[in-house]
Amino acid sequence: MTRTEPPATPASPSTLPSASASTPTSTPTSTPLVLLDTDPSRPPAGAQKVASASPRLLQSTEHHFCSGCGEPVALRLLLEVLDELGVADRAIGVVGHGCYGGFVTTMDVDILQCLHGRAPSCATGIRRMRPEAVVFTIQGDGDMINEGLQEVLHTAARGENVTCVLLNNGVFGDTGGHMTAATVVGQRTKTSLEGRDPAIHGYPIAVADMIAGLSGVGYVARGAVHSGPGITTTKRMLRRAFERQLAGAGFSLVEILTMCPTGWFVPAAQGGTYSEQQLAGAYPLGELAGGGPAGQATAGGGAGGRVDAAAR
Amino acid sequence: MPAVLIESSDLFRCRIEPVARHSFILSKGSAYALQCEAPFPPRPDGRGIHGEIPMTVTQPPPTPDAPSASAGAGISVGSDQGTSLLLSGSEAVARASIDAGCRFFAGYPMSPFTNLLESFSKLMRGPERVCVAAESEIEGANMAIGAAATGARAATGSCGQGLALMQEAIAESALNETPLVFFNMARSQQDYFQATRGGGWGDYRTIALAPKDVHEAIEHTHLLFHLADLYRVPTLFYGDHFIAHTEVGVTPHVPDLGPLPPKDWALDGRAGGSGRSKLHWTWNMGKVLDPGPGPDAHWRAVAAKFDEIRRLERRWEVDHPNADVMVVSFGTAAGFVEHVARELRAEGLSIGTFRPITLWPFPEEALAEATEDSRHVLVFEVNAGQMVDDVRLSVGDRSKIRSIGGISADESGLRYGALLDVPAVRARILAATGLEAAR
Repeated sequence: MTRTEPPATPASPSTLPSASASTPTSTPTSTPLVLLDTDPSRPPAGAQKVASASPRLLQSTEHHFCSGCGEPVALRLLLEVLDELGVADRAIGVVGHGCYGGFVTTMDVDILQCLHGRAPSCATGIRRMRPEAVVFTIQGDGDMINEGLQEVLHTAARGENVTCVLLNNGVFGDTGGHMTAATVVGQRTKTSLEGRDPAIHGYPIAVADMIAGLSGVGYVARGAVHSGPGITTTKRMLRRAFERQLAGAGFSLVEILTMCPTGWFVPAAQGGTYSEQQLAGAYPLGELAGGGPAGQATAGGGAGGRVDAAAR
Repeated sequence: MPAVLIESSDLFRCRIEPVARHSFILSKGSAYALQCEAPFPPRPDGRGIHGEIPMTVTQPPPTPDAPSASAGAGISVGSDQGTSLLLSGSEAVARASIDAGCRFFAGYPMSPFTNLLESFSKLMRGPERVCVAAESEIEGANMAIGAAATGARAATGSCGQGLALMQEAIAESALNETPLVFFNMARSQQDYFQATRGGGWGDYRTIALAPKDVHEAIEHTHLLFHLADLYRVPTLFYGDHFIAHTEVGVTPHVPDLGPLPPKDWALDGRAGGSGRSKLHWTWNMGKVLDPGPGPDAHWRAVAAKFDEIRRLERRWEVDHPNADVMVVSFGTAAGFVEHVARELRAEGLSIGTFRPITLWPFPEEALAEATEDSRHVLVFEVNAGQMVDDVRLSVGDRSKIRSIGGISADESGLRYGALLDVPAVRARILAATGLEAAR
């Protein structure tokens, strides 16, 4: 393997401790002033390397995602969990169609890039032929809830022992910001210019809540990556979902709310706030089914367990 | 010669008999084997609810290894080698698929494909061989793609109406090079364009085999799995309710079709994290450290592969080539046409038959050669005229070509109507050649 390890770049100039203080008006010293240390071999003062900047299962850090996009964060968590569970050498992913498809060439796991919406069905065929594999899908809300709602519902009800990862940003990001079945009420898209109006466009579908009510389900949770705590919680959810799959507990789903400032028509820096206020407001976070003792919000009944909505 | 009352629900099974002269069975389980003594009389009302047919009635042949007794996961391939079994076409095709190593089937019931799904469901119940009752044709086809992407031999199917829903999956498996067999147990011959042209996107073709009877259906099943693996393409079986429902004595065998390339492209997950993981995709992009050709070069390569298949895999059957009258037909209908041609030849008419076995690739040159000196090229197909397009593309002098088939469905819409019968075929041939009045 010739994977390129990214250089241990220093933190960006704006966060360098010395940057703001090192202005031309500061007191001259005997040593030359270093405004911007670009030597990657020398960490900046006070910096401490705590982890590799890139997940081991990511073959390149180059991508074509918009500034502020939440999907790379979610995919990074997925890759880290596969690596940490030691299942990378028996994982097979099925990837639908959306911006996240840009990662199929850089994720170092076997991938079937499938038809729009059909990932759970393809995953079923893979699972039945390779019982030893760890099988997962990556789908967006357009892929899973619009085009492929039937697939994911039947696969869940069938209790297929696969893990579906839903990256929900409430918009068709890949096509440039159009309304999906998960677009929240009031959300402006290119096909709901005045905001999603239930009288015209109907209501969004909370697919994770639907699936949590089905027998045959081992684990369902909804996380978000717009905050540090959200990221760590979401990673725990992913880990738990794959642990349930490894235990043969049946179908698992982790919905991850991801930022799409481009498709939301907000500045990149406001993506997190928008996600927290709009999406997470409509889609409450937490474990919806199969949460164990360490579960955050609820404790489901394991495989096939139902969770009272009030418990959330 | 005892007379046997033919009930309406069984009549369609019997109509094939004057042509094929195989033993057949009127009802499952407690059946007699019947051998028809003469062509059936024309049905007076054109619908033929029942009639008294002269038959020789014998007990069915012994079936020491009945399929029901050996159903389940533990079917050993080749255990029936050389043993004659009484099977419906659906059972025979499902067993042939298992003999060919098929490990995955997914389907959604739709007559007359339903019997094939039932047969797979009965025979593939263990962990080694899986039959999924898919919740839709779309799901079934994509499950099969997933299964085949792991390197397992997999199949799905429906009738033409369900195959319509699978067109996207057929194109997908052609363009991402997933070997897969699609069984069309069609209601009629109206799916010829669907089978040979398809409705998916992109530059792809589908090898389509149209068996004439159950025996050939078994051969074709093996061949379809082989060709799918050989070329990494989807292949299509064009059967019908005669093929699906007719019960005949068959002798299972596993043909040796030659070596196949290794499935080093199959997804098993084992290379994950090593830098050599795989990507299976219609764009064929490869991974960033081991790039594939990308869409432009990949789609050119796929198209070139189909050109190669067109060159190498044309199959046909011809009888009395370059007779005055040549009749072109496919599938079950060809059995009727060939029977009529034999009758007319015995009466002194110069008539031959041509049957494309591969609907795609269509045997264009062979048909051109077989009709070069003929005065009439007649195309009999139970549809409004679909294969006749390929005949026109093949035969040099188009003025010789007449379409003598037509749409013909029974009252249910699920089966052939009155046109697919010996007297009707005979009348159409004689009318088109201007010989009717002379007789």
